[in-house]
Amino acid sequence: MKFKSLALSCAIAALAAPAMAEVKVGMITTLSGGGAGLGIDVRDGFMLAIEQSGRDDIEVVIEDDQRKPDVAVQLADKMVQSEKVDVLTGIIWSNLAMAVVPSVTAQGKFYLSPNAGPSQLAGRGCHQNYFNVAWQNDNLHEGAGAHANAKGYSKTFILAPNYPAGKDALTGYKRFYEGDLTGELYTKLGQTDYAAEIAQIRASGADSVFFFLPGGMGISFLKQFADSGIDLPVVGPAFSFDQGILQAVGDAALGVANTSQWSKDLDNPANAAFVASFEQEYGRLPSLYASQGFDTANLLISAIDKADVSDADGFREALRAAEFDSTRGEFKFGPNHHPIQNIYVREVIREGDVLTNKVLGAALEARGDAYAADCKM
Amino acid sequence: MSAILVIEQLLNGLQSGIMLFLMAAGLTLVFGVMGLINLAHGSLYMVGAFAAAAASAATGSFFLGLVAALIGAAAAGAIIELTVLRRLYARDHLDQVLATFALILIFSEGTRWVFGSFPLFLDIPDLLSGPVTLPGGIQYPLYRLTLILIGLAVAAGLFWLIARTRVGIRIRAGENDREMIAALGVDIDRLYTFVFALGAALAGLAGALVGAIQSVQVGMGEPVLILAFVVIVIGGIGSIKGALIGALLVGLTDTLGSIFLPQLFRLFMDPAAASQIGASLASMAIYVLMAAVLIWKPTGLFGAKA
Repeated sequence: MKFKSLALSCAIAALAAPAMAEVKVGMITTLSGGGAGLGIDVRDGFMLAIEQSGRDDIEVVIEDDQRKPDVAVQLADKMVQSEKVDVLTGIIWSNLAMAVVPSVTAQGKFYLSPNAGPSQLAGRGCHQNYFNVAWQNDNLHEGAGAHANAKGYSKTFILAPNYPAGKDALTGYKRFYEGDLTGELYTKLGQTDYAAEIAQIRASGADSVFFFLPGGMGISFLKQFADSGIDLPVVGPAFSFDQGILQAVGDAALGVANTSQWSKDLDNPANAAFVASFEQEYGRLPSLYASQGFDTANLLISAIDKADVSDADGFREALRAAEFDSTRGEFKFGPNHHPIQNIYVREVIREGDVLTNKVLGAALEARGDAYAADCKM
Repeated sequence: MSAILVIEQLLNGLQSGIMLFLMAAGLTLVFGVMGLINLAHGSLYMVGAFAAAAASAATGSFFLGLVAALIGAAAAGAIIELTVLRRLYARDHLDQVLATFALILIFSEGTRWVFGSFPLFLDIPDLLSGPVTLPGGIQYPLYRLTLILIGLAVAAGLFWLIARTRVGIRIRAGENDREMIAALGVDIDRLYTFVFALGAALAGLAGALVGAIQSVQVGMGEPVLILAFVVIVIGGIGSIKGALIGALLVGLTDTLGSIFLPQLFRLFMDPAAASQIGASLASMAIYVLMAAVLIWKPTGLFGAKA
C-alpha cells in the first residue's frame, strides 16, 4: 500500500514535471468584500505585465485573503508548503502583511510587497528577502506635510483613523509639516459619518485640513465636507483619490491636492504604454494600486532574466538592482529594500466625464524612509 | 467650546439617531413578531443604497432613486422571506443566525457581481445641497436637516400604523400570541411577509438617504447592523417606541462622546495622547451605555417582561 502510493505520487510528479513553470509565484490579495477594488487592481496590473512579457515560465497562483489575517496566514502556509511557490506577493493591508511576511521570508521565500509598507518591516524587522515595490507607509503623508509647507499653511487640522496605519500617517505628516496644529483627531476605523469632526474643523479656525481616510471613509468625509460649506484647502494621500473611488466621490473631490508616488500622466514611455494597455485590456483607467502591481511583476521578470530563482543570493542581487522600466520613471531600492522615489502632488481634475488626477510637481524628491537606519540586514 | 458647536453636535446626534431608527425599526419588528434574528438586515440597507445609486444614475433624479430603493429593498426582503426565512421561524436562533449570515455573504458577492468592486456614486440633489443658516448663526447642511424631518415623519407614520390600523392590531397580536391569531383566521404567512417587506423597505430607505452622504459600497450595511442591534437591545426587543428612544440615545452618545471625551482628557493630558485615549473611549461609549441600561433594566427600556 505504502509502496503503491509512493509509486503513484512519483508518477504524478513525473507527469507534472514537464508542465511545471520555472518560477512559481503565489499571490495573496483581497478579492472579495469591501476592500476588493484594491486587490483586483493589483492583480490586474500584475497579470498585465506577465502577459505582456509573453513568458510561459512564470506560473501565478492567485488566492483571496478576504482581508482577514488568519485567512492570509493559512493561504501563505499552503502556498509555501504544498504549492511550493518561490516568490510571494499581493498583500494589500499592513496588518495582513505583518502576519504573513516575517514567516514566509524566514522560510527562505522571497516576498515582493505591491502595497503594504508597515514601519516595522522597514526598520528593525527588515529582511533580506523582503522587497517593497510600493512605498513605506509614511511616505505619501510626508509628501503631504512638505506640500503644506510649500503652500504656507500654518494652522492645519489633521485627522486619521485610530489604528496603526492612521498613527503612522499623522506621524509621517508631522515629520515634515512645520506649522502649528489646530486639531488632531483619531476617528473610528470604518467610520462613515464625519459630522462631528467637520463641526470641530469649522470651530477650530484652521487654515487647511489634512486627512488620511482610505477607501469608503474618504468618500464619506469628502462628500460631507463639501456639503458643509467650509471653504478650506484639503490635502490627503492618494488613497482617497485613486481612480477606483474618485467617481464615487464626484465633484466634491475637484481641485483637491493629494500626494502619490505615481500618476497616470507621469511623463515616461513605460507609464504611457502601461496606461494605454491597461485601459485597453480592462476597460477602465488604472489606479496607483494597478501601477504598483505592474511594477512588481516587471521587477520580478527583470530578476528572472538575470538569475535563477533557486540561486537565492544571485536572485536577491538581481532584485536589488531593480533594472526594469518602472511606471514611476526612476526607481531604485534603498538599503532596507524600500523604494527611493519622488512623491508627487496631484490635483483632481475632470477629463471629459471622468474624474482623474493631474501631476502638479514633486513634493519630495528621491525620498527614502525614516526607518532605513534601523535596518540591519 | 462654543454653544454653537454644542448645538451643532446635538443636531448631528439627532440626525444619526433618526437614521439608525429606520434600520432598527425593521429589525425589532421582525424579531418581535416572527422571533427571527435577521443578520441580513444590513444587506437590505445596502440593496437600498445600490438601487438608489443605479436608478438615479439612470434617470438623473434622486427622488426616483429613493422610490427605487424602497421598492428594491422591499422586493428583496419579500423574496428572502418567502424562499429562505419562512423555513427558519420554528428553528432555534443559532440556525437563524447561520442562515442569515449566509445571506449576508450571498448579497455581498451578488452585489459585487452585478455592480463591480468599486464604490458607486450617489449624490444629494442640488435642491438640498449646501448649508443653511439656522437661528443663532449656526451653519448646518440642509440635507441633514431634511434627513431629520424625513426620519421623524416615518416614525410618526409607523406609530400610526401600529397603533391605529387593522394591520397594526394584527402585528401587535402577532407579537403576543402567534398561535392564537392564526387560530382566529388571520393569514399569518401574509402578515409575516408584509412585516418583513416593511422592515426591509425602511432599511433600504435609510441606505439610500445615508448613501448620498457616504460611500455606496459592498459591506456598507454591516457596521450599521451592529449599531442597530445595540439600539434594539437598549430599547427592548420588539418595541417600536424603544427603538426610537434607543436610536436617539445611541446617536447622541456616539456623536457627543466622540467630541467631548477627547476634550475632557485634554484637560489633564497632552493633546496627542488625549485624542487617542478619548477616541478609544468614545468608540466604547455606546456599549457602556448598553451595559448600563441592561444592568438597570435587563429587558431593555421598553422590553416586555422576561
